Amino acid sequence: MAPLTTQVTARSTLAVLERNLTLYRRLWRASVFSSFVLPVLFLVGIGLGVGSHVGAIAGVDYVSWIVPGVLASTAFQLAVGESTYFVLSDFRWVRAYHAMRATPVQPADMVCGWLLYVLFRAEIAVVVFLAVTALFGALRSPWALVTPLVCGLVTLAAAAPTMAFSASIDHDSYFALLFRFVLIPSTLFTGVFFPVEQLPVVVRPLAYLSPLWHGVELERAATLGTTPPWPVAAHLGYLLVFTGAGVAWAVHAFRKRLQD
Amino acid sequence: MSEQPLIYARGLVKRFGEFTAVDGIDLEVAPGEAFGFLGPNGAGKSSTMRMISCVSLPTAGELRILGMDPSRDGTTIRGRLGVCPQLDNLDPDLSVRENLTTYARYFGIPRAVARRRAEELLDFVQLADRAGSKVEPLSGGMKRRLTIARAMVNDPDIVLLDEPTTGLDPQARHLLWERLFQLKRRGTTLVLTTHYMDEAEQLCDRLVVMDGGRIVAQGSPRSLIETYSTPEVVELRFGDERPADVLGKLDGVGERVDPLPDRLLVYAADGDAATAEVHRRGLTPSSVLVRRSTLEDVFLHLTGRTLVD
Ligand SMILES: Nc1ncnc2c1ncn2[C@@H]1O[C@H](COP(=O)(O)OP(=O)(O)OP(=O)(O)O)[C@@H](O)[C@H]1O
Ligand SMILES: [Mg+2]
Repeated sequence: MAPLTTQVTARSTLAVLERNLTLYRRLWRASVFSSFVLPVLFLVGIGLGVGSHVGAIAGVDYVSWIVPGVLASTAFQLAVGESTYFVLSDFRWVRAYHAMRATPVQPADMVCGWLLYVLFRAEIAVVVFLAVTALFGALRSPWALVTPLVCGLVTLAAAAPTMAFSASIDHDSYFALLFRFVLIPSTLFTGVFFPVEQLPVVVRPLAYLSPLWHGVELERAATLGTTPPWPVAAHLGYLLVFTGAGVAWAVHAFRKRLQD
Repeated sequence: MSEQPLIYARGLVKRFGEFTAVDGIDLEVAPGEAFGFLGPNGAGKSSTMRMISCVSLPTAGELRILGMDPSRDGTTIRGRLGVCPQLDNLDPDLSVRENLTTYARYFGIPRAVARRRAEELLDFVQLADRAGSKVEPLSGGMKRRLTIARAMVNDPDIVLLDEPTTGLDPQARHLLWERLFQLKRRGTTLVLTTHYMDEAEQLCDRLVVMDGGRIVAQGSPRSLIETYSTPEVVELRFGDERPADVLGKLDGVGERVDPLPDRLLVYAADGDAATAEVHRRGLTPSSVLVRRSTLEDVFLHLTGRTLVD
């Protein structure tokens, strides 16, 4: 496989992004609203409701403790959600990628154009969420300002392999597997709602494999002003490597699907 | 320069697994030419078109488009082609205009130019009044016109049209033919595939007849008819009698007689003389139609099958 950099051009990638944004213009109102409502419901329901029974974790009130986790998992869920049905549909029914294939746009541009779009969507959701939580007084450190960057990395790390998966399947029923065995366990068991130390030792490494856990720990360290369990560089490094591998896989899957 | 073919293929092969869809064809298309592929379902027309479009790589053989090699310069070549695929792949949730402008951006065309180009092309295919509407509710013919307009958004050197008018009503087909004719007059090189003989005869300077992945004949529509058929054809129908049963009684009438399931075709230089001979033999066909020979007859002769069933 030729190196990725020779296969992406800024011009074509931006043209793909532009198409995705043109489509988004028709639905942004509904989506911004839901990206705002969902985390707020989470905070109110679980944070305040459950939190009043839980008390404090590591000396922090429960709401402040889960805010960074919900933040990262918002980005994670949006990344996975936006990279499933839409990607499959653009191959199978809309055939938008086949249309692009007949132009100078290359598979790597299609992948990067969609990733930029998902990133854009995630950053909006994250910033809105951050603003809301600031009102709850759940942000305890100025380092909270870097959380959108970490969320961006979580978004890319989650979206890229999901796109690869979506480009490799023929039917949307496979998404149920992804949601059941990846999305939901990731959300429940990667330190969003309770520390992974409470998981049995044998399954803990599974949490470490998920990019979401690394995102959650970095976000938590940032909003609470504490140090994460691993060195920051190790968490970031893992997310970067995961993203790189995911992008390579996605480009490969796109290319494979479009060639014959 | 004008001598160098825009499309050049030698021994072009496309295999899908064990199956050979295109089986060693040679082609040359000159600048400004209107070139057609004619053939029945599964002949390999689309497979060939997709290789020429640089979206599918040849399994074997040599292929040069605009003097370049698709396996190396695919991106550059695609930038100079306009492709209308057999199946429309428009963005159903974008408006008619947005379909053109977003597609133009894939070629790196600046936004303002793309908008202007979109307006011109919408006029050209008579969709200007639908510019703002979504693609989804458009009729099949309108979508087809939009796909053809989209193929011209980058002012391509070659326009490749895979069955541009299949599924359209006669009026829509004639409108499209008229537009394609205009393109041809402007000197655009056209390559198209079709099942319709009249389309090929109207639009193509030169064409190849494909069957089973091979080229079985080539030339101008006229020369193909002259080579493989007679100037006129008499179509005879015999009410209840099966054409095959009448066949024996027509020995020596015209140059050749082909029985079809529902009628007999008598190939003759002079159709009226052949008809007179049929009556002289005491046969009483329920209907007689004398017409000029068409590519349909050429195809039937070459492959033993009709083109559109
Ligand atoms: N991607 C593919 N995988 C496997 N077989 C294919 C593929 N594309 C085409 N074929 C086969 O190759 C043969 C030629 O197909 P092709 O689409 O080129 O024919 P065509 O002349 O365009 O026919 P039509 O008039 O129906 O469009 C067919 O038998 C088809 O099933
Ligand atoms: Mg075809």
